[in-house]
Amino acid sequence: MYTVQHARDLQCKGMPRPELFRAARSCYGVGDHQHRLFLHEMPFGPLTCLVVGAECVCYRESVINNKGDAMTILPPGVSARQFAKALAEFAAVVGPDWVLSSEEDLQPYRDHFSLLKDQPDELQASAAVCPADVAQVQAIVRIANRYKTPLFAISTGKNFAYGGPAPNVRGSVTVDLKRMNRVLELDEKRHFVLVEPGVSYMDLYRYIQERNLKVWVDTADVGWGGLMGNALEHGVGYTLGPYRDHFSAHCGMEVVLPDGELMRTGMGALPGSGGWQDYKHGFGPDPAGLFAQGGFGIVVKMGFRLMPQPEHWRTGLVTVPKRRDLIPMVDTVNYLTDLFIIGEPLYGSPLRILREDKAFLQAADSFDEAALDRVAAEHSLHSWQVELQFYGSEKTTLANWEWAKELMLRNIPGAQCFDGESLPVPVTQEQIERSTRPYPAPYASQMRRNVMHGVPKLYAWWMPSRTDDFPDSWNQSHLGLFSVVGRSGAAVLQAQRDFDRVARDMGSKPAMPYAISTPLNWNQSAFLLGNGAFGSATRNEATPQSKLDQLKLLREVLKRNAAMGYGDYRAPPLLQDAVADQYSFNNHALRRFNERLKDAADPNGILLPGRGGIWPKALRALRGAIRK
Amino acid sequence: MKKSAVLMSLLLCSGSGAAIAADVPAAAAAGKNVFEIRCAPCHAAGLGGDPGRDHLPGTDALRIKYKGTTVPALLERRTDLTEPVLKVYLRHGSWSMPPFRKTEVSDADIANLAAYFAVTSLAAERK
Ligand SMILES: Cc1cc2nc3c(=O)[nH]c(=O)nc-3n(C[C@H](O)[C@H](O)[C@H](O)COP(=O)(O)OP(=O)(O)OC[C@H]3O[C@@H](n4cnc5c(N)ncnc54)[C@H](O)[C@@H]3O)c2cc1C
Repeated sequence: MYTVQHARDLQCKGMPRPELFRAARSCYGVGDHQHRLFLHEMPFGPLTCLVVGAECVCYRESVINNKGDAMTILPPGVSARQFAKALAEFAAVVGPDWVLSSEEDLQPYRDHFSLLKDQPDELQASAAVCPADVAQVQAIVRIANRYKTPLFAISTGKNFAYGGPAPNVRGSVTVDLKRMNRVLELDEKRHFVLVEPGVSYMDLYRYIQERNLKVWVDTADVGWGGLMGNALEHGVGYTLGPYRDHFSAHCGMEVVLPDGELMRTGMGALPGSGGWQDYKHGFGPDPAGLFAQGGFGIVVKMGFRLMPQPEHWRTGLVTVPKRRDLIPMVDTVNYLTDLFIIGEPLYGSPLRILREDKAFLQAADSFDEAALDRVAAEHSLHSWQVELQFYGSEKTTLANWEWAKELMLRNIPGAQCFDGESLPVPVTQEQIERSTRPYPAPYASQMRRNVMHGVPKLYAWWMPSRTDDFPDSWNQSHLGLFSVVGRSGAAVLQAQRDFDRVARDMGSKPAMPYAISTPLNWNQSAFLLGNGAFGSATRNEATPQSKLDQLKLLREVLKRNAAMGYGDYRAPPLLQDAVADQYSFNNHALRRFNERLKDAADPNGILLPGRGGIWPKALRALRGAIRK
Repeated sequence: MKKSAVLMSLLLCSGSGAAIAADVPAAAAAGKNVFEIRCAPCHAAGLGGDPGRDHLPGTDALRIKYKGTTVPALLERRTDLTEPVLKVYLRHGSWSMPPFRKTEVSDADIANLAAYFAVTSLAAERK
């Protein structure tokens, strides 16, 4: 079954230069018709190559010796010798198996989608330390202070599209909290959970299912992420407003501060309080916001409000004929949203199906509203749609949907309403996966039933993956770019024009005209509009240079967006300074205030420096420094 | 990986790991658990064994990748996912699949996964 062969004899994409292998002292090969694996003993250590068909991936391992001279990435300003000592101290705390510093072990701490992948300045950790409890986190922070070693923290570490597990500062030591993965308390009657950092959405869902508890997890689209990490990124989900804004849904936290001290927020600050997860404000200023998108501490426990399981779920679709009807449509949806009648509304445009139609494209490109209405009418299509979802009992969801229909028909002449699905909760796996949709063609449902029911999955991973449309590529620079837009139809119509103008100026074209792009109502009170031409990009054509070009382009787009009053809600480390630059009121008063706090709380600047665009004094020169 | 570990891996994947063989059922059972928690969300069979486009991106990606070959899209039917091969995929990622950290999938988990795939692929071959 196995063949032994030398890797250098193979011709495959990604194989290092053949000369490299001349230095090989020996080579072992195993494999079959699909894979061949080669292990070479090279002067610099082992070199492993995996050949799959015509492709090849090779990697080398470097071992850190006690002189520290084999290390390739170091924390800024720390000598190899000092760093080796710091690693030894970390090992004394967590055990040698949980200090990871070989190239092999650090691979998974890189951002798989980085625009700087394999570049000399790629944001990579120098080591990872994996504590098992709070005391170990405190000890790690104290050691880092002694060695002035920047720390980065990850909880579940799946922050893909926003930097993955990679740090803001190359050479940071990543504190990987995944081993701390207990659900500490879940109250089914008061509807909260208190978790450790490593608890993923899937873990919590499993915990709930195993105990048949009647609460839901408001999950992100990718269920391998976790409650804590996602919330600390201001991440979002898909059920009712108070739950789907994940940071707002948090209720109290325990944090290791930059000097290693332990602090609790809200009622947690009152010893013996029985209401930590019930009243998150406690008394006085609540610093909780400093720990989200900001490196003021390492959060080690966090509470979250949980939605009680409803008895029934119902959906309905509303369509409106004219372009300007978006304005009363959004007003009506806002009314229902803020009365907590509906879950996340899903906006769309039925005109999507005209994307190949010349007359439509011409009207869309010129934002000619009369022409767009004419084209829509000619095709018997409505201009906009919104899908509503109702949680409650069978009767209340029906009554609420009837009321929503009444409002829509009253407020918008020509509106149409279609009954959607009506399912008792919990839904079955078959109901989640069912591909038949309730509305008459051409109106399509965009409901992803799993997330609407708080069932964590990885369905959304098709986005960066190989698909039938792109069988020979994957999206190597999948990243999110979403600007906050006022929650009104008029603001959306204006933002479409503004984003289109920027795209044109930059020579980019979105797959779908901006004239029909629709807002995401992830946060109850805000709209986010995707920068369609720039967000996820570069499939087939991705090269190291094209990724660098994209980075440059994105920074310019962020600058231009800010000049028009648009700011992003979130960004990968590579773009965090550019986004922080957008929020510049009164000569960056907000950032200056945050940095004054940072310098006071973290004088050595060791905790997540650069996160959220907040740089400690010692490393402030790094602001915006990468690929300026 | 030290040289001894390399040799060990080679021995194991050439079927000479007698000590391991005795433990296979326990290892495979542990591997099944790892598969269900870590791999199945992307790589399982869809309902009714159907690799579902919308729901299982890993299964779907491999269906497209191996179109026109005899290589199955489902990991549990593969005969070639030995420990060293799994290690490369898991620690380095492959295309859109990002790598997994030791805190998520330990080296022991990988060995157990390999034991599990050895059992499931055998069962699939017999079918
Ligand atoms: C296809 C696709 C779909 C996606 N869908 C969604 C979605 O629906 N909703 C959404 O919100 N996002 C989405 N994302 C983005 C992202 O993948 C998720 O937000 C994911 O949940 C974030 O990773 P995580 O939960 O593992 O957090 P982590 O990676 O653990 O943490 C995120 C960041 O928070 C900080 N941090 C983490 N833990 C701590 C701590 N204990 N103390 C201090 N700081 C800490 C760190 O800076 C870290 O980088 C999507 C991405 C892709 C590619």
